[in-house]
Amino acid sequence: MSLWEYANPTKFMALSGRVLPVVAVLAVLALAVGLVWGFFFTPDDYRQGATVKIIYLHVPAAMIAINAWFMMLVTSLVWLIRRHHVSALAARAAAPVGMVMTLIALATGAIWGQPMWGTWWAWDPRLTSFLILFLFYLGYIALWSAIEDPDSAADLTSVLCLVGSVFAVMSRYAVNFWNQGLHQGASLSLDKEENVADVFYQPLLVAIAGFVFLFLTLVLIGTRTEIRARRLKALVARERME
Amino acid sequence: MMPDLGKYGATVLGAYGLSVLLIVALVAWVLWRGARVTQALARAEARKAGRNG
Repeated sequence: MSLWEYANPTKFMALSGRVLPVVAVLAVLALAVGLVWGFFFTPDDYRQGATVKIIYLHVPAAMIAINAWFMMLVTSLVWLIRRHHVSALAARAAAPVGMVMTLIALATGAIWGQPMWGTWWAWDPRLTSFLILFLFYLGYIALWSAIEDPDSAADLTSVLCLVGSVFAVMSRYAVNFWNQGLHQGASLSLDKEENVADVFYQPLLVAIAGFVFLFLTLVLIGTRTEIRARRLKALVARERME
Repeated sequence: MMPDLGKYGATVLGAYGLSVLLIVALVAWVLWRGARVTQALARAEARKAGRNG
């Protein structure tokens, strides 16, 4: 059994149909537990007060925003190299989810930044690269919609995805590259010295798991929709020719 | 039950309210689009089956 067998739309639909309910239930459970635990049952931070509760939305959304683009990069490369339609359609399905997660990260960051930094926005390396990533998401979605031929659309959006990957990397590592700006370094790190305290860390991990499962759920539903839309387009085209 | 958010009540509730709104809108859009395409495909398949007799 090879992974490439799931590039076959029929096999993908069968497998995703079985996996989807499990992933969806895990998403609801992990999101509910993570967010309720974080919001209701964690203390205030000694410096940031109650605003620390925003971490349970801001950090998971930012992680998904960046990693959704990397998932799109991998699936775009698979499309460019092996021409598997399911992989191009999975990239297309991930884009709106990544775009909304980027918007949540930007919005919660601005709301959190106002009382902590005294400003909603600063042209800080991480904030700016995130804004550019958001614009790349918009451009990617618009490009898919603007091109009639699906294979040409997949080719061009894949190239755009490769270019945008630079900003996805910058969004993650901008703080390390420039070592300046308002935004702090990574909230989660393998280095215990840099990590947030356990009382915040544990619910944060559950909230991150919830966002990951939510992303998987929405991408699976979206990919199934794109596969059906492609079949619908082919049927309608055949009807017109008859 | 509601934690005391102190002077940051509006900030924290604003962040949660906006995020939940965006997530709910995203989920609703994904489900709505999925249902719309599935129904359109079912109609097209039925037409095709009708033509093929």
